[in-house]
Amino acid sequence: MRFKASSIRFLKLFWGFARYRPSVTIGVTMLAIILALGFFVSLFAPYDPRRWNQAPRDLPPSSQHILGTTSLGQDVFWLLTWSIRNSLILGVIGSAIGLLIGASLGLIAGYKGGLTDRLILLLSDTFIVLPTFPVLILISTLLRAQLNIVLLGLMMALLTWGMPVRNVRSIVLGLRERDFTYTSVFSGFKTFNIIVSEYLPHTLPWITASFMSRINMCIGTEVTLAIFGLSSLQEATLGTIIYWALKYQALVRGLWWWIAAPVATVVLIVVSLYLVSIGAAEYLNPRSRLYRIKGE
Amino acid sequence: MGALTEYIAPRIGVYILTIYLGVTLCFLIPRFTPLDPILTVINRFSEYGAYYDPESVEAFIESMKELYGLKGNLLEQYVTFLRRLMTGDFGPSLIYFPTPAISIFLRSLPWTIGLLLISTLISWLFGNLLGGLAGYFNEKRWAKALGVFATVVYPIPYYIMALVLVLLFAYAIHLFPFYGAYSVLVTPSFTLEFIANYLYHSFLPALSLVIVGYGWWFLSMRALVINVKTEDYVQFAKATGMHSRKLLFHYVIRNSLLPQVTGLSISLGGIFSGAMMTEVAFSYPGVGWILFESVLNGDFNLMMACVTFSIVAVATAALILDLLYPLVDPRIRYK
Repeated sequence: MRFKASSIRFLKLFWGFARYRPSVTIGVTMLAIILALGFFVSLFAPYDPRRWNQAPRDLPPSSQHILGTTSLGQDVFWLLTWSIRNSLILGVIGSAIGLLIGASLGLIAGYKGGLTDRLILLLSDTFIVLPTFPVLILISTLLRAQLNIVLLGLMMALLTWGMPVRNVRSIVLGLRERDFTYTSVFSGFKTFNIIVSEYLPHTLPWITASFMSRINMCIGTEVTLAIFGLSSLQEATLGTIIYWALKYQALVRGLWWWIAAPVATVVLIVVSLYLVSIGAAEYLNPRSRLYRIKGE
Repeated sequence: MGALTEYIAPRIGVYILTIYLGVTLCFLIPRFTPLDPILTVINRFSEYGAYYDPESVEAFIESMKELYGLKGNLLEQYVTFLRRLMTGDFGPSLIYFPTPAISIFLRSLPWTIGLLLISTLISWLFGNLLGGLAGYFNEKRWAKALGVFATVVYPIPYYIMALVLVLLFAYAIHLFPFYGAYSVLVTPSFTLEFIANYLYHSFLPALSLVIVGYGWWFLSMRALVINVKTEDYVQFAKATGMHSRKLLFHYVIRNSLLPQVTGLSISLGGIFSGAMMTEVAFSYPGVGWILFESVLNGDFNLMMACVTFSIVAVATAALILDLLYPLVDPRIRYK
């Protein structure tokens, strides 16, 4: 019963959010289409779209092949649906795990202060100054044969957890001196409880928005790695389509659909996620929430 | 005095420690990869069909190890590395043997600074000016159009933006060249012809950096200005009948600029590693390109030279900021 009630509440919240403002509506709609393509339409692929020579080569878009075919004999549309799914999975893994590490350490550092705070900050600063991209290239070269979507996502998470520490910590620092902290301390709350039940809700707007923008970052990084031939090249991802297209000189040979389709998809994904993320940050912000309640 | 001992000295200590840890991590990571720079050299020689007897190969490997600072176990290598680092000596480069890594880095530095510094400054200027105006007149139609443009371009990865521009300008209409910093036929010099050629070749890479950068500066500046605009002192100034240009530039934009200056220094610090993708996309001979080549070829020394400077640049930018902030913003005090 309780589960049902809370899921209805969630749906209501989501519905309110989707109609919050035009940019969010556009973002949510685009994202819904992308998710449908990646996780639903991709199930209906007539064959494994990664396999070569399944379709005639180098065909421009037509009713048979909506987005044309590649020089490897793949159908661009079906390849794209698989790529959207894989790139999104990679993005979510990279984003969620990096945030989980960073945000937890940030909460602890901000609340505990003192030596714990300094040690955590030193460690995260070291990772912040580390030039992420060269290190990623190095590790990918090392693991080239074993690379897969999950591993790539994990690598990105482990190299980019530094920034959220600073952000979450500064939010918590602002909260620590407020009255409710003292109230809970004097009421005998444990550290863990204070962090989870008092501070976490305040950092949620930031975490939600940054979750989405970090998915963008991971997708962009994968594309760039793939273009250098350092992604999981047998897998279908947005980056690997571009890699093979460039490798087969798609531009020079006039096969524009091969490269324009993944490029347009990347743009669509990052723009829609960005629109949703700025909308979410505003929507979940306590101040604007108050404003909305008053308005109703 | 209190500020010096309580804030500045520990901050500088953290600065040095951060750089030290970062450099150490970057020293360790490539040494755990199977990339063997010496094997690469030997393979390169044997590609030309040369044959050496095993003994001379052994001797060759030994002398190469000495040269590359790969002699002894990890700890000994590390000590040698740190001692050399103090004098700015990163050893010879492998791909451009026997040129010292540091001089290759220094040679590519002007290219990167030329491209990155100029495009960062241009996007900062344009983004802030337009963002400020759009925030002030946020009901106007042109302000909304500029906002939509910024929202769309900001999240696009550099490489994708570069690809879109190449598709448009070099492929669809043959307006700009695909790659390079200058024509093959021209040699770098301070002549008008070379400068024109350089600008022509740098246009697309610079444009992709400017457009993506513009998005961020525009959006953040607009948000700041919209906030400042509603403050009491601005309302008061307006009520006095102040000239609107003075109000806009001296009261609103000026007070919104502080966080933007912060952002500028951070992005200038990240210049080396940030440019990598754009430089590789356009085969532009800057630090990013050199770093990419060195990583692919297992050229430890050159890699370390680039990465060390990048780490120092980012850490220094953060340090300068932290030290200057209390001076610029009276609301923040050393604690």
